[in-house]
Amino acid sequence: MDKANKKDYSKYAVVMEKIVKRFPGVLANDHVDLFVERGEIHAIVGENGAGKTTLMNQLYGLINSDSGKIYINGAEIKIRNPNDAINAKIGMVHQHFMLVDRLSVVENIVLGMEPVYGPFFARDKARKQINELSKRFGLFVEPDAIIEDLPVGIQQRVEIIKVLYRGAEILILDEPTAVLTPQETEELFEILRALKSQGKTIIFITHKLHEVMAITNSVTVMRLGKVTGVVKTVDTNPRELARMMVGRDVLLRVEKGEAKVGKEILRVEDLHVNENRGLEAVRGLTLSVKRGEIVGIAGVAGNGQTELVEAITGLRKVEEGHVIFKGVDITNFSPKKRRDMGMGHIPEDRLKHGLVTAFPLYYNFILGKHDDPQFCDGEFLKMPDIKRFSDELVKRFDVRPPLINLLGANLSGGNQQKVIVAREISFGPDFMVVSQPTRGLDIGAIEFIHKTIISMRDKGVGVLLISMELEEIFSLSDRILVMYEGQIMGEVTPQETTTEEVGLMMAGHRLEDLRTQEA
Amino acid sequence: MNAWIQAIINVFINPIFYKSTLNQSTPLILAALGGVYSETTGVVNIALEGIMLIGAFGGVVGSYFTGNPWYGLALGVLLGVAMAALHAWASIRYAGDQIISGAALILLAQGITGFSLVELFGKPGSTDLVRSIPLVNLGSFENVPFFGKIFNSLSPLVYIAFASVAFSWFLIYKTRLGLRMRSVGNNPEAADTLGVNVYNVRYFGVLMSGVFASLGGAFLSIGELGQFTENMSNGRGFIALAAMIIGNWSPTGAMWASILFGAASAFNDQLQSQGILHLATNTQYLFGMIPYIITLIVVGGLVGKSRAPSSDGIPYIKD
Repeated sequence: MDKANKKDYSKYAVVMEKIVKRFPGVLANDHVDLFVERGEIHAIVGENGAGKTTLMNQLYGLINSDSGKIYINGAEIKIRNPNDAINAKIGMVHQHFMLVDRLSVVENIVLGMEPVYGPFFARDKARKQINELSKRFGLFVEPDAIIEDLPVGIQQRVEIIKVLYRGAEILILDEPTAVLTPQETEELFEILRALKSQGKTIIFITHKLHEVMAITNSVTVMRLGKVTGVVKTVDTNPRELARMMVGRDVLLRVEKGEAKVGKEILRVEDLHVNENRGLEAVRGLTLSVKRGEIVGIAGVAGNGQTELVEAITGLRKVEEGHVIFKGVDITNFSPKKRRDMGMGHIPEDRLKHGLVTAFPLYYNFILGKHDDPQFCDGEFLKMPDIKRFSDELVKRFDVRPPLINLLGANLSGGNQQKVIVAREISFGPDFMVVSQPTRGLDIGAIEFIHKTIISMRDKGVGVLLISMELEEIFSLSDRILVMYEGQIMGEVTPQETTTEEVGLMMAGHRLEDLRTQEA
Repeated sequence: MNAWIQAIINVFINPIFYKSTLNQSTPLILAALGGVYSETTGVVNIALEGIMLIGAFGGVVGSYFTGNPWYGLALGVLLGVAMAALHAWASIRYAGDQIISGAALILLAQGITGFSLVELFGKPGSTDLVRSIPLVNLGSFENVPFFGKIFNSLSPLVYIAFASVAFSWFLIYKTRLGLRMRSVGNNPEAADTLGVNVYNVRYFGVLMSGVFASLGGAFLSIGELGQFTENMSNGRGFIALAAMIIGNWSPTGAMWASILFGAASAFNDQLQSQGILHLATNTQYLFGMIPYIITLIVVGGLVGKSRAPSSDGIPYIKD
């Protein structure tokens, strides 16, 4: 029986058999089977918390399974730590890059396996080996550049070379496209195809279904720690994959009616804002948002979006220019005053700026309104009123579990975001800055948040949406502005543009130039 | 006013000022190097002050009981490394707060030295005079005008300090171990996934800080005079930390900053001794602030531009 099994597995680069991994209170992997053929690109898809990364961390030895077996090229092996995985020619590119920012490309790649002359680090040998790898796989990098100076797409190449340098034949990529522009994603896919053509096996974790369709050969779908489907990519479609992931039919793109655009509510005029180190991050930016429309700002992270949001919401000093809200120049108003005037804010980092994670939900729901007579009687908080109010919000926004005494830290990302959205909407704002509202959320939660944003718009709220996810920008926005190095590259509507065009603007091309080139 | 200008000129044309600068810089350079080792691997070590103190005390005790100041130096370093090991144990093995551990060790060092001082020498305040490390005689170089007066009869520890800077620079920037130290201080997770043993590298960094800080301390006690006085390090561990920060966590930068502080201190001493100023005794306290005022100005002006290793002070907990 055993022998027959081993024979069967010889065509597979990776077989994981009945893998069980339990975390306190969660069965993260419940008898998961995974079969990856040699030389294929195999996708593992699933919502957050489905257990994809947990499964891969076991394959890479970062955590150990409770039970189950792993076969590499047909032979059973034990992988206790990353070194065992490296010896089995398995490499992993993590979702959050594992790079040392201050070190050079060369140093990062060879770290842990450095070529040496005696005690000295042999930088020239390392450089030579890396240049050979770059050439072979078409992965160009500047060996002596410092990591923190490189764009994310290049940093990811460094991660891939790092894995290849260790002789990996099996590459695990954990949500590799989450941080890339469409062009960078396309370049990554080219690299993956080149790797595949040289016989490498690739395991690709994602929740972006169009990427699965574009690049993979077969798919394993996971939900709540279990495998819910194994299909060949050619035999499936995004709708079917989404149903297997979520367990019900999902709207991949929310439906929305025509915008009923009203009067202008926010205007930003020739705004200049500095980032933390004093360099100019927003450089003469002008925009306007009207009631009842969603204006989306697309762009690669770090092009001044954060500073723009902070300047509009009063969290950062404006160097030059004006922010005009409801006809009043609020450039120097405090955040509190802006909120009182009807400005809501869903911040990009929900843990840092959105919630007090150490507070129970009922306090989180009244943050910013703690001195409102509704909740505060001069000096004392009106606890029964606060709790009643929180209970209502928890029900209305379907926060799970619906317990207002839970600490903010104890909720899942999607539910934390629901708490923030609930709080901001309960203010009854006329204008809302929404920054990265679905980062790291799964399909179900994204659907909910998107519907909520659209319903706000339909009630006449002006929405400024900042997102790194082009999908999100396209499906929600009535108008799209593309931001690059602190400036607007152009304004388009989702109907009359393409992701390619927006992608080019995100990389610094101006709309005028693109359109004239075409003509 | 003219008297002041004359006094300042007198200071600068006197070789003694330069010699004093070297002597005052040496303990700072050594202790700042210690800080560089520890913090490059990501462990903040404010215990430098305490390690210097115990190094100074160990130097005198060793010299007192063996009659050989070199054994004293060895004992000082041994005690310094032991103290650093406590810091490493608390902050690496148990992921404790590095500031609290460091502060506790400073108090511990003051307690141990104060107590042992009375136990071993029978009186508080200071120890008996012991043999100090012999100064280096440069022979006929002594007769070279100006420079002879600066460089003759320096402690060998002065040379050791500058040699240590070169050694440390090579170690940190040119060797495999140094690369691993820098990676562990900036992104221990990344280093860990590549098979670098984060804990061992951090232990190495912290223990080395014990070696260098206690050398700096021993210089204070058995470098010239051969005596330990209570609380002898007198804030130099903190000045060394400032030098490390101003020097942007690099051995050479820390050296230049230490020399700046050493020169400020030497300048202060030499200026006070200028008879033409007719200074009242209480003004010396004002003058004594000079190095610290310089610290404040330099820290205010330069620190913005220097950057600590990204994971400095953050314990690494493997999950």
